[in-house]
Amino acid sequence: MKTEESIISVEGLCHNYGKVTAVDNISFNVKKGQIFSFLGPNGAGKTTTINVLTTLLPIQKGKVTISGFDVEKQQDNVRKSIGIVFQNETLDWNLTVWETLEFHGRLYSIPKDTRRSRIDELIKLVELAEKRNELVKHLSGGMKRRLEIARGLLTRPKVLFLDEPTIGLDPYTRMRIWDYIKKVNKEGVTIFLTTHYMDEADQLSDTIYIMDKGQIIANGTSESLKNSLGRDMIYLETDDDEKATRIIKGIMEVNYVRGSSKGLVVSLKEEGTRFMPKLVERIRNERIEIKSVNLKKPTLDDVFIHFTGRGLKEENQEKKKTA
Amino acid sequence: MRTEFLTIFWRDMLKFFRIKAMLFTSLIQPALWLAIYGLSMSSNFDLIVPGVPNQQGVVSVNYLAFMAAGVISMTILFTCLYSGISLQFDKQFGLMKEMVASPLPRSHILIGISLSGVTKSLIQSIIILAFGFILGVRFFEGFTIGQTLLSVLGILLFVVLFALGLLFLASTIAMKLESHEGLQGIITLLSLPLFFASNALYPIESLPLVIKMISYVNPLSYFINGLRYFSLGSNFYSFGTYYKYGTYDVLMSLAFLLGFDIIMYLLALRTIKKAKVV
Repeated sequence: MKTEESIISVEGLCHNYGKVTAVDNISFNVKKGQIFSFLGPNGAGKTTTINVLTTLLPIQKGKVTISGFDVEKQQDNVRKSIGIVFQNETLDWNLTVWETLEFHGRLYSIPKDTRRSRIDELIKLVELAEKRNELVKHLSGGMKRRLEIARGLLTRPKVLFLDEPTIGLDPYTRMRIWDYIKKVNKEGVTIFLTTHYMDEADQLSDTIYIMDKGQIIANGTSESLKNSLGRDMIYLETDDDEKATRIIKGIMEVNYVRGSSKGLVVSLKEEGTRFMPKLVERIRNERIEIKSVNLKKPTLDDVFIHFTGRGLKEENQEKKKTA
Repeated sequence: MRTEFLTIFWRDMLKFFRIKAMLFTSLIQPALWLAIYGLSMSSNFDLIVPGVPNQQGVVSVNYLAFMAAGVISMTILFTCLYSGISLQFDKQFGLMKEMVASPLPRSHILIGISLSGVTKSLIQSIIILAFGFILGVRFFEGFTIGQTLLSVLGILLFVVLFALGLLFLASTIAMKLESHEGLQGIITLLSLPLFFASNALYPIESLPLVIKMISYVNPLSYFINGLRYFSLGSNFYSFGTYYKYGTYDVLMSLAFLLGFDIIMYLLALRTIKKAKVV
């Protein structure tokens, strides 16, 4: 990949909090115009990474360039080129929607006329026009998130950073937020987002980097990551998993088989629907009883389990709010 | 010149006028102090303190006028210390992230908050002066119009200097703490000695030694000196004591407050620059 096309370039980034290493020597490039995701469970180091990239944390080790500016030496230039939507809400409940945006615009010294017209434009984009003079404390969770997105776009940034953009939102609102993100991306804004939601990474991203315990453990497009696990996955519970494993390993249509808390997981090179009956018969022929069998296409969660032995979902619990 | 601090100022003042509860209590509290404590105590003190014949030409000042300066100082004390709470709130609940992630220099957060704190203090001082006048506080007795105008300016100058020092102090404490309950506790702890170990309500001379010593290093005492000089004159008798303020005394008070402000500013600036907001 040509480096001129990279709008974000990270080399050897490390960050620790005292003795705890949050980010362990990661490197990656983000191409201009793409939607780029960091997928990983809570505590993986995603928020720390985004905080370093957005100048909220100092660079302890490594080099980061955004839009041609060095994050360590040209902080203000970086700040003017990026927009940020933080994970936790950062709105003042005692300001109105309009005042929230006006405050932000003034912080970035956007000249008055430009500022005012952009505010109007963005309020319309995120469909908050009728709430323009409403105090933030009266907005729903989804509306607040939309306001934060509008705010992040006020400076017409080259890159918009979103840290867990749909956390705590109900399914319908999440989809609407995804639509906004796609809309914004189509207008030329590069998107960098972090998430622990597999479907979010899957639906939105051009490129996904999977992160766990401070390290990047896999990367690629959603398709390529899932395909690396084979075409289909069969989940099997038997009364003799050890013996079954040995048999399965010898079958040529199988990529690999591994144990999990719920039995065996078999990755296939072929389509599972035709293969499954054959597998069942083979195992039963060896007098192993099959308690349950299931077939599905690999998901990003499966990719994550493949690399870490744990699921994305096991780590995360969230409360849902309505839009 | 970079003017981002005006944005911080704008937001703070907007909320001051918007949050009715805050506006109301900040103005009602001093009014109540003056009206209830002031009137009750002054009618008692004027009875108790023996009517010693004055030296000729020395104005006799009643207790209400004497302690009015104290009421003004108390209002400013609370307004400024509490501005620390809103700063701490911003830090704790993430609003400061927006400011820190922007090109805004961190010093501007301090300057903006201080400007709005000073403005609030000035507004409140003027309201108290007016209210006191209605209650019968006799300021500027024997002053010409020119002297009165000059004195009002002098009072406002001292208000600005005193408020700034307190704002910087509150900002330093606010940025160092993690929770606003802790801050509330410290403010409560500080305000008692600051207010009572001073000459706000009574003359210093008769205080027990330790309290007297605290009063001598208490910026509030010097604020009161300046206030009394400008409102009551350089030579008056009140509460059983003669007061003589020379230009020297006033300048010393000014210098003390200025020094206090500078030290507090440097401390606050350093604290805010080092503070972690994520």
